[in-house]
Amino acid sequence: MIGVEHYVVVSSILFVLGVLGIFINRKNIIVILMAIELILLAVNINFVAFSAFLQDLTGQIFAMFVLTVAAGETSVGLAILVIYFRGRGTIAVDDVNRMKG
Amino acid sequence: MIHVIAFYLFAVMTVGSGAITILARNPVHSVLWLILAFFNAAGLMVLTGAEFIAMLLVIVYVGAVAVLFLFVVMMLDIDFAELRAGFVRYLPFGALVALVLLAEIVLGIGAYRAGSLDLGTPDGTAAAGTGLSNIEAVGALLYSRYLFLFEAAGVILLVAMVGAIVLTLRQRSGTRVQNIRKQNMRRPDEATVNVKPESGKGVQL
Repeated sequence: MIGVEHYVVVSSILFVLGVLGIFINRKNIIVILMAIELILLAVNINFVAFSAFLQDLTGQIFAMFVLTVAAGETSVGLAILVIYFRGRGTIAVDDVNRMKG
Repeated sequence: MIHVIAFYLFAVMTVGSGAITILARNPVHSVLWLILAFFNAAGLMVLTGAEFIAMLLVIVYVGAVAVLFLFVVMMLDIDFAELRAGFVRYLPFGALVALVLLAEIVLGIGAYRAGSLDLGTPDGTAAAGTGLSNIEAVGALLYSRYLFLFEAAGVILLVAMVGAIVLTLRQRSGTRVQNIRKQNMRRPDEATVNVKPESGKGVQL
């Protein structure tokens, strides 16, 4: 029988994949944003699994708020990416500190 | 039995497509694998009985966020080979950090399974009512107890929308734009003029 541990294992593997994605794609900010989406997806799976197994709907409500924040974060992140590319012609983020001022 | 098979199918597909998302060479492929990961995660959530969040995941992520990613990836002309330059160099350190993190999480789950951790019990105020579908139960809770949080989520989305528009809006100089008010205010007597130039001389416009 599938218990809550199975879901927690899946979501933790997904979380670790997201962290790994941030590390190995350190220059490509688009893939970094996707890795953040993976991390938030792992969090959502965790919330929903615990909500279902504890018979408490608060987790699902909170997963919805996580979804909201993730959507807003993605849109603002991609907007910053677009203006960064417009100004510099590249999206390599290892010299982003020149963006100040 | 079918439940177990479906769980392992969705779990393996989610983890596998998540791995290909971060390893793919082409970011367009990454986005497409990310969409597959979201679909399978939605399947996992359906298995637990959370249909509303699952459908929301499909609509919001696949319908909006992934398309936004695809749009940006295809719109920007980026040399992706250059961006992958440090891939092999960062791999050992990243794998080390990931392994440590995974070990910690697995240790935590092991401690939970051994019975030394107590998750706590819900107080029953947010329990799903009997006979209600998942959407009805979530809606009843969302529009009563979490109403202000729900509206705060709307404000967050509004701020994100305004921020994205303000960031990417650009006023170009040197372009001719249509001024509708000026066009509507224009009258025939001031727009046309009757001149009688002398022969051999031009007209000053």
